[in-house]
Amino acid sequence: MIEIGLGHYLTLGAIIFTIGIVGIFLNRKNIIVVLMSIELILLAVNINLVSFSIYLNDIAGQVFTLFILTVAAAEAAIGLAIIVVYYRNAGTIRVEEIDKLKG
Amino acid sequence: MAHAIFFYIFSAIAIISAIMVTASKNTVHSVFFLILDFISISCLFIMIGAEFLGMIMLIVYVGAVAVLFLFVVMMLNVAQQKNQWFLSTQSSGHIPVGLIISTIIFFELIIVIGGWKYKPELLEKINPEIIENVSNTHSLGQILYTDYIHIFQISGMILLVAMIGAIVLTFRQRDGVKRQSYIKQISRERSEGVQVLDVKSNEGVSVDD
Repeated sequence: MIEIGLGHYLTLGAIIFTIGIVGIFLNRKNIIVVLMSIELILLAVNINLVSFSIYLNDIAGQVFTLFILTVAAAEAAIGLAIIVVYYRNAGTIRVEEIDKLKG
Repeated sequence: MAHAIFFYIFSAIAIISAIMVTASKNTVHSVFFLILDFISISCLFIMIGAEFLGMIMLIVYVGAVAVLFLFVVMMLNVAQQKNQWFLSTQSSGHIPVGLIISTIIFFELIIVIGGWKYKPELLEKINPEIIENVSNTHSLGQILYTDYIHIFQISGMILLVAMIGAIVLTFRQRDGVKRQSYIKQISRERSEGVQVLDVKSNEGVSVDD
């Protein structure tokens, strides 16, 4: 317990990943929270990459974390733009009422 | 010892705030807890020696993405949409299934982490690229602009496309607004503007549109 190793960081990443998935599954509110859960999932992936990079003494993992940060920022911008356009057209962003495709 | 204490403090804050992101009723509170989560994870990154990524995380997420979320929440006026998380109106049959599936995912991840080990010959083959007396930022810059230059430029293109896409998606053409159009002004020719007529004396000209 006292000695913090790679397993502790991977467990932390697994917990945050699962919380993000629960947030997507059980969401009854607006769809912005779904986007925030996706950000949590990407954060868990970043934790895994950085802890492996430190543990293996290989800096390539941190480079890929940088690219994941880029993609996450682009994804947040596009997702929020789509939400704004949808709210303008439909007047709501509640998850229960977005059922035009009847999935 | 100190490392362990700080790890447990920061990871506890991160986990609790991640739960609050999904569970809090107010969307603005969710954004605030997201900020807290990113801050504590970046503290962890700085603690284990990835200082540059920790700082970039603070700048990109707390400075840009979280503010973007706050702006959208403010624009869409969803802060008042308070709904119960579990106690919904109807068709809540997917909640137990979702809980079961996410529990299975979590235990699968834990099993993989717990029972996993490197082969001993793999650990010997790894060549350490991190030089000891060079800072994290320095070594990251040395590898980012040489070996990974193409991926770096592609990520720049991704950001450009995202920016153009966001602008195109949210751009709205309003009716009834007069704008200056340079192309129309420049491409206007003499034949559209003036007309030369032969005018007989004492008869005048009839101007029709």
